Amino acid sequence: MNLSDHLPAFLVMIPLLGAFLTPLAASFGKTVRSVFFVLFMSLILLTGISICASTFGGNILVYVMGAENFSLTLPSGMSYPVRILFEIDAAGALMILCVAIAAFAGALFSVAYMDRFSGWKRFMALYFLLSAGALGMCATGDLFNFFVFVEVSSIASFGLVAFWRDKPEAIEAGFKYMLVSQIAAMLLLIAIGTLYGKYNAVNMGALSSMMRYGTLERIVLAILISVLAFKCGAFPIHTWMPDAYAETPSGVTCLLVTVSQASFYGLIRVCFSLFPGIAGGGMVAWILIVLGCMSMFFGVLMAVVQHEIKRLMGYHSISQVGYMLLAMGVGLLALGNGEKMAEYGLTAMKGGLFHVMNYSFYKALLFLCAGALYYATGTRDLDKMGGLARNMPWTAGMFVIAASAISGLPPFNGFMSKWMIYESSFAVHPILPAVAMITSVLTLASFAKVFQAAFLGPAKADFVAVREVPAFMLAGMAVLTVMTLLLTLFPGWFTGNLFEKAAEALLNQRGYIDAVLGGM
Amino acid sequence: MTDSIVRTLDSVGNASYFVVALLAVMALFAVVTQKNMIKICISIAILGSSVNLFLVLLGYRHGGEIPIYFLKGAAETMVLPTPQCLTLTAIVIALATTALMLSLIILLHKHYGTLDIDEIRRLRG
Repeated sequence: MNLSDHLPAFLVMIPLLGAFLTPLAASFGKTVRSVFFVLFMSLILLTGISICASTFGGNILVYVMGAENFSLTLPSGMSYPVRILFEIDAAGALMILCVAIAAFAGALFSVAYMDRFSGWKRFMALYFLLSAGALGMCATGDLFNFFVFVEVSSIASFGLVAFWRDKPEAIEAGFKYMLVSQIAAMLLLIAIGTLYGKYNAVNMGALSSMMRYGTLERIVLAILISVLAFKCGAFPIHTWMPDAYAETPSGVTCLLVTVSQASFYGLIRVCFSLFPGIAGGGMVAWILIVLGCMSMFFGVLMAVVQHEIKRLMGYHSISQVGYMLLAMGVGLLALGNGEKMAEYGLTAMKGGLFHVMNYSFYKALLFLCAGALYYATGTRDLDKMGGLARNMPWTAGMFVIAASAISGLPPFNGFMSKWMIYESSFAVHPILPAVAMITSVLTLASFAKVFQAAFLGPAKADFVAVREVPAFMLAGMAVLTVMTLLLTLFPGWFTGNLFEKAAEALLNQRGYIDAVLGGM
Repeated sequence: MTDSIVRTLDSVGNASYFVVALLAVMALFAVVTQKNMIKICISIAILGSSVNLFLVLLGYRHGGEIPIYFLKGAAETMVLPTPQCLTLTAIVIALATTALMLSLIILLHKHYGTLDIDEIRRLRG
């Protein structure tokens, strides 16, 4: 038995095992539980990296659960797959890498951050389940299975958003988030059921090969897009996002950012692999572009006026999701037209996927910095903070890196991905990059305000005794800083080896189908 | 017994799908209009049930038997087993979320002393 063949199974197995072992490990005291937590998270990270490495040459990993043989996609002469099936191509592997790194950094951070609070068992178990859900969403090749992982991650995140049960705001944010995601999940199930009713399959590859584009499919696509756009926090139904992000313990917010990315992955997977005939070229692409521009602009407008650091960053998340929707919309617009695709579509998709990775790292880092500030000062109100750069030099330094990256200052990675998006969307319509640039300027203004308010200025009397946060928290933040700097220093390598491959994998619908149906 | 069920289902035809749609629309309408959190929770449960009913209906085949070979033996037609598995999974998930939602409502009631959503928003200020 070759261990590396079973990587996709390990991806979900390790966090689930971790969640069930948590009560045992947590009862042996602080050292054991911290070692256990970090060890399992590094195992997940290792699995994620190996999966990413094995999809490197354009491979698609397929793994069948419960068959006589893990690679047997069509057992006993069936013409379409019936078992639970994982299918990971370069795009999925990219998302898995983002989730695994953010989960690892968040776990390191939480080891020190959650030390002050009780409820470790609950926290760790839910954290593991949340990672399992997010990783599963990126790995699965089956629509119903996707729904199950959406629910696993949603239920875990409801618990984590409302983790501080004594704070009414946290409960309220949890309730709001739950309401939105439950309705979304039920609509998702209706859409999946409808597809099943017509095609007798829930496997994405099989569905995609049988798809006939008619009215029913258009309705299903409309439901799927609106549901997944809800879940990744796009404009009309975005209000749950700042609430939920603000109230969650910071180590978890860092993971929640990537969970919303997993929903975004679901969205692009549905558009590119399942319904390319309807989604490409026309109205659907424009809907995504308009949604993207609106999320971008309104998100940043709301962010500028906030005074509470994590709510502010929550609104910025909405505007960052807007960039990715814009990029993928432009990519979809060029779909099916080789000339347009070469002219701007591929650049847009590369830029969008680059932005996904950038966003997962710098946004997670910003949330961890906000958590560090809260840990040290006990407040999230920017008006009360001040002069903290002297007390917390490391946090301040990492905050500057993350804030410059998110505001798109050259030479940081945020600038490069945004530049690719500007360049490609300009070919579609000049107003799109204009909106994106205004958003970028407002983002810079807003983060300049945060930096000035929290770190600069005279020292406040209340915060004279504030010290730098513990080493574990700094280590968690350092992981993400290093990733941001790597993306900044070697953008060519990452674009050529990760983002371009991922974009090609998304465009290669035939390959996605053939990996399951064996080239029939 | 089974025969009468089959006859009833055949005679109503697609009407059962209309019931599903009606339930789902009612539930969505209630989520938007109701102010009481418990009622909102009930509407979400109704939405979940309508989806489950929809899945089970999808798997129904005219005169089909239960899809368990060793209980029923060889049969001409069987109802589809996949939607039933999907429904079981969905029921378990709905149970977990409903319980969690009710517990959040209990905590909110403890903090604010009311179940009215608007009232909570006002108290928070």
